[in-house]
Amino acid sequence: MMERWNDGKLECERREFLGIAFLGIVSLFPTFQPSNAFQDSLAGSGPAGRVPDPASAGRALDPTTAADTDAAYQAIEKQLKCSCGCGLDIYTCRTTDFNCTYSPGLHRQVVALAAEGKTAQQIIDAFIAEYGQQVLMAPPKRGFNLVGYLLPSVAVLVAAGFLIRTLRRWTRVAAAEAGAVPASGAHADASPAELERLRRELERHRG
Amino acid sequence: MTLLGHLSLWLALLVGLWGAVTGFAGGLQGRADLQQSARRAVFAMFAALALATICLEIAIFRHDFNVAYVAARTSRNLPTFYLWSALYSGQEGSLLFWATVLSLFAALAQLLTGARHRAYLPFVAAVTCLVATFFVTVMLFAANPFARLAFTPADGSGMNPQLQNPGMVFHPPMLYLGYISITIPFAFAIAALLSKKLDVDWLVAIRKWTLVSWLFLSIGLLIGMWWAYVELGWGGYWAWDPVENAALLPWLVMTAFLHSVMIQEKRGMLKKWNLALVLGAWLLSIFGTFLTRSGVIASVHSFTQSPVGYFFLAFILIAGVATAVLYAIRLPLLEADATLESMVSREASFLFNNLLFIGIAFSVLWGTLYPILSEWVQGTKVTVGPPFFNLVNIPLGLLLLALTGIGPLIAWRRASLPNLRRQFAVPAATGVFVLLILLVAGMRDLGPLMAISLGGFVMGTVTQEFARGASARHRQYGEPLALAAVRLVARNRRRYGGYIVHTGMVLLFVAFAGMAFKTETQATLRPGESATLRSPYGHMYTFTHLGISQYDALNRRVTAALVDVSLDGKPMGRLKTEKRQHVDALGRNTFEPSTEVGIRSGLREDLYVVLGGLVNGTEQAVYRFTINPLVWWVWFGGYVLVAGGLIVLWPGGGPPAVRRMQAGYAVKLESK
Repeated sequence: MMERWNDGKLECERREFLGIAFLGIVSLFPTFQPSNAFQDSLAGSGPAGRVPDPASAGRALDPTTAADTDAAYQAIEKQLKCSCGCGLDIYTCRTTDFNCTYSPGLHRQVVALAAEGKTAQQIIDAFIAEYGQQVLMAPPKRGFNLVGYLLPSVAVLVAAGFLIRTLRRWTRVAAAEAGAVPASGAHADASPAELERLRRELERHRG
Repeated sequence: MTLLGHLSLWLALLVGLWGAVTGFAGGLQGRADLQQSARRAVFAMFAALALATICLEIAIFRHDFNVAYVAARTSRNLPTFYLWSALYSGQEGSLLFWATVLSLFAALAQLLTGARHRAYLPFVAAVTCLVATFFVTVMLFAANPFARLAFTPADGSGMNPQLQNPGMVFHPPMLYLGYISITIPFAFAIAALLSKKLDVDWLVAIRKWTLVSWLFLSIGLLIGMWWAYVELGWGGYWAWDPVENAALLPWLVMTAFLHSVMIQEKRGMLKKWNLALVLGAWLLSIFGTFLTRSGVIASVHSFTQSPVGYFFLAFILIAGVATAVLYAIRLPLLEADATLESMVSREASFLFNNLLFIGIAFSVLWGTLYPILSEWVQGTKVTVGPPFFNLVNIPLGLLLLALTGIGPLIAWRRASLPNLRRQFAVPAATGVFVLLILLVAGMRDLGPLMAISLGGFVMGTVTQEFARGASARHRQYGEPLALAAVRLVARNRRRYGGYIVHTGMVLLFVAFAGMAFKTETQATLRPGESATLRSPYGHMYTFTHLGISQYDALNRRVTAALVDVSLDGKPMGRLKTEKRQHVDALGRNTFEPSTEVGIRSGLREDLYVVLGGLVNGTEQAVYRFTINPLVWWVWFGGYVLVAGGLIVLWPGGGPPAVRRMQAGYAVKLESK
């Protein structure tokens, strides 16, 4: 017969003992997190719980402010290039994947300048003064840049003029050749109405 | 294996040089032995380059991190799918891929070209060998894919997370295939110039190649747009980035050529122009490669700055001058067989279409290079971004869309007034009808109004063409209309396949117009909290943040945010958006965390949800919610465009070569 190591009286209830033992075993598993290790979120109220590995979720962000979604600031930021090298404007860059460390600062600069009472154009001018003309998403429409803006359209217009002139010359040559060559076959005898009918028939057959 | 790969490159260099020398000499002197040697050199070059490619792939799959390229682009835990694409995800590997595919195309050109065009083949062998040799030279002297490190790292740096997307597995090879296959038409053009055989024959020989090239470029551009949309997270698919522009340039020129070549085939006109387009498209493809690899213009796509850019610059200059001189010498042989009979004709409309394609190509090139020009002239660096390109190109694009509808309505040679009236009535009415509907619906933005109503006009044209063709068959053969329409396409694939391509373009234009109505908001939400956003159609979307979960997956730690979406109070489902921290096999972080967008795509609009990040490491999340109208139609329009291209390309459907030759002779007889 086995001897009891104490007076046989447990200091806690059996159910409590088993519960503690179970928790002890389960806590050995690395994935298990005791429920009070971080506070779980409650729908729409109270602080949100911490995630286990915040570092892998990207840069820690501040809550969105009214200035972040203000259409007037967005309009300004869409004209200014982010200096991180992505080639996007400040607004698009700061809202693309929120990883950029430059665009939030540039956004704050826009907001600060606006808070000083500056107009949109004055804010843009302040950016040009600080970062140079390349901060604009498109060159300003003045000076040599006008060549930049107008050349493609002017080139197309000049080419169109040249093309029309060439086409006219070609059609004149064709008309002269047609006049010089004695009329043969259908062209000589056919009336315009007949030619039109012929053309329609040919078109139908081509289909 | 890398030693074998390296030796293969040297072998390819020597064989390529031999092929170039014997090809030119054999072609010019008419020596059959040299011609045969050049042909064999092409096959040998392909074998050597294929072997080098296999060697690099083996090094990648074996995780041989002593090879600098393997260590820089891959890691032990990189999924197998992306180990394949690692071959072309970096500078050195993509050069090898390029050279290998070019040598494959060169070999196919030698094998598949019919006996009628044999006279061109020695020159084609020479040109393709020369171009491939250039790429091999760059690899051997500036970007060797088999270069070894002084030590062997325990694991590689891994692949850029943005390249770990199915789009990136297919986008670069498709675009490369498009770029590379332009070399074959270019080689035939040079062959025609050198051999003085400048009639319609060389055009027949390159017809399939130009279509293949155009199709690959189109697919490459479309997959690239899709990748940018689903992966980059800024909510768009085209940013006028210099490298995107560089890919668009040859596509525009090739599209112009596919139209204008019809005039040469039917009327024997525009010989100089067509030749110039083929030569220009190839030069632009090399120029695009130079832009991508030189770092001369800031671009998100650029490979790191390296001496490779100087090689490309020298190559472009030499190739450009040589091509221009040869072209100028042969100009007297390129006189047209016929002249234009009327300003109002299909030929004239194609010429204006070409003017616009080349005009857009010029404005894209101009805008891309303008920052460099401005620095030279003004001493000021400027940025040329979307506002510039949109301002300059949208009007030209709309004109082009209008011509897409006008061109098919005008008869070849000469159109009469009654004919024009009859042809234009239905399409013009359709366009006006669409415009009125949009105005009544309250749309007031000029750009989208024009794009969509012109789209209606073009669709009117396409539908009318199909309806007339099918009803003609129905009357003539008694076929049911549906069968008649199918047979109509099957019997005249080029014409009706072309109309299907036009339909794809209309869908693309309409989809582009939709982006003018994009709406978005930004919100910080705790679990259970919601944000709302009104769609351009007036519906109200509610986005409810459900919570954040974190878990490990393959080669990354994932932070996933779940959003419940409802439309006007009706549940729509859930969207997941992620932050991914990629790690190597040792658990070390490899790159900055990347973002995976949550997208719900519909016919009307796309919901586009981006997880910005977390506030103080809690489940309180910063989101951007965007509604992108009509984006689905970009992809659908792309499918239609590619389907149309495949129909045009599909073999059979009558003997077009014979018909074209007959047409050519008819023109010659008539002009005498």
